[in-house]
Amino acid sequence: MASDRSDSAAPLLAGCALWKQGAEARIYRGKFLGRAAVVKHRFPKRYRHPQLDEKLTRRRTVQEARAALRCRKAGISVPVVYFVDYTTHCIFMEDLVGSITVRDHIVTTQQSGDNPESLGGLADEMGRILAKMHDEDVIHGDLTTSNMLLRNGSEGPGADLVLIDFGLSYTSALPEDKGVDMYVLEKAFLSTHPNTESLFQQLLNSYTAASKKAPAVIKKLDEVRLRGRKRSMVG
Amino acid sequence: MTVVIGFEGSANKIGVGIVRDGEVLSNPRRTYVTPPGQGFLPSETARHHRAVILTVLQEALDEAAITPADIDCVAYTKGPGMGAPLVTVALVARTVAQLWGKPLLGVNHCIGHIEMGRLITHASDPTVLYVSGGNTQVIAYSERRYRIFGETIDIAVGNCLDRFARVLKISNDPSPGYNIEQMAKKGTQYIELPYAVKGMDVSFSGILSYVEEAAHKMLDSGNCTAEDLCFSLQETLFSMLVEITERAMAHCGSQEVLIVGGVGCNLRLQEMMDAMCKERGAKLFATDERFCIDNGAMIAQAGWEMFRSGHVTKMPDSWITQRYRTDEVEVTWRD
Repeated sequence: MASDRSDSAAPLLAGCALWKQGAEARIYRGKFLGRAAVVKHRFPKRYRHPQLDEKLTRRRTVQEARAALRCRKAGISVPVVYFVDYTTHCIFMEDLVGSITVRDHIVTTQQSGDNPESLGGLADEMGRILAKMHDEDVIHGDLTTSNMLLRNGSEGPGADLVLIDFGLSYTSALPEDKGVDMYVLEKAFLSTHPNTESLFQQLLNSYTAASKKAPAVIKKLDEVRLRGRKRSMVG
Repeated sequence: MTVVIGFEGSANKIGVGIVRDGEVLSNPRRTYVTPPGQGFLPSETARHHRAVILTVLQEALDEAAITPADIDCVAYTKGPGMGAPLVTVALVARTVAQLWGKPLLGVNHCIGHIEMGRLITHASDPTVLYVSGGNTQVIAYSERRYRIFGETIDIAVGNCLDRFARVLKISNDPSPGYNIEQMAKKGTQYIELPYAVKGMDVSFSGILSYVEEAAHKMLDSGNCTAEDLCFSLQETLFSMLVEITERAMAHCGSQEVLIVGGVGCNLRLQEMMDAMCKERGAKLFATDERFCIDNGAMIAQAGWEMFRSGHVTKMPDSWITQRYRTDEVEVTWRD
């Protein structure tokens, strides 16, 4: 199945165990200089032409490492990058032991019919951290609830959120790009978690409160929403 | 026993199909093909459909050995698609529904593709890649809606291919995409083209502008052949599609992919998607050109599902619309 490693990365990944396979990469768990680490290996995609594959894989590895560093410098919670190998496209980073994705947390909360107010605290925190990221002019490019982690045991108010997966990120000060970033999140949010419109609105309110540049971004978000293809432009 | 007749003509294909309890009894179709270098315009397409639709209808009834009395419901494409052709077909559907005294049902074209894909392949709960000349969407079913996880933010992938074919005056017979596919098989050189994936969405207008501008220069300079361009374009476009499909699968935790829509006929796309699936331990489902390309039976099949779960379209509501999102329909026939 998916447990064969690409040959060239094998020495680097010795001693690591495959944990999961995301859209872009295989994630391994292991140790780096004695610390619990996660290795994100962007393995060659055999369906792509090799030239295209190399170009994309390299670009995304670089972007991810750069954006993570930039966020870290600004005090935004992202995993610490320990080491990047540009030949095999492996990123060694901090292992957030015991963390869960926001996606899983929302799904379990909704399924168990639990108090949805705890999700309100989460929405507030998401809005805050995204406002901080956009104020740094970092566009994530792939905002989904699978790309946000909750540190171990920090569900509920005061949730400790960590952003991950910066492979599609880039730098931009334009409200348009930030608006599109939020639109991507909104679509991913509402399609994965049905009936959470008010929760997402709470996220946006928190975002607006946390950033002076937010009004322009929200305005752009409203415009971008109307652009959906085949969407009736009536009313 | 439920028999549904479906009318489809939202683009340049006009098809009438009859379905009875999961069996396709007939599915004749005609395609309006334009000369190389030209696309199809709404009014001319509608004219084409008007000229042949009654013949195709008769064929559908004859092939299925069905009389109007046997039919339980008349389904037609409500949208999305091109205005004039949609109107033409809806008019015929309304007329026969009244003539035969049968209930009418307006069907979403995209859902027609999905339901036919599900019927033919028996995929249980796949991530659907719907790719055609008019649409490019990644769809997954959740809580009574076919939710759009990713889509093109500008033009459809089929539109990109069709317009590229016009630049090189590639024949539109049987379809530009088919001819590009054949030419691509002979391409050997990979030419770098812009690649635009934005999260779960894709953008094709950039790559189209690029090739429209650069194609003739590249060919004239002798640096590459038209076959090389076809090959490179396919590799780039299809990689983008496979990528957004993979993202949706990872996000939803899905292990099945279903490709529907005209571009889904492309064997290279199927091959690439299959390679991605194998690396994830997932399974690919695809149909052949009878059902990938717009056809009447897919409208009949979606209509069959909808009719049996209680939907009906009243005459005053039987208008058509060019804009009709896949997620606007409440999918009452699934849990």
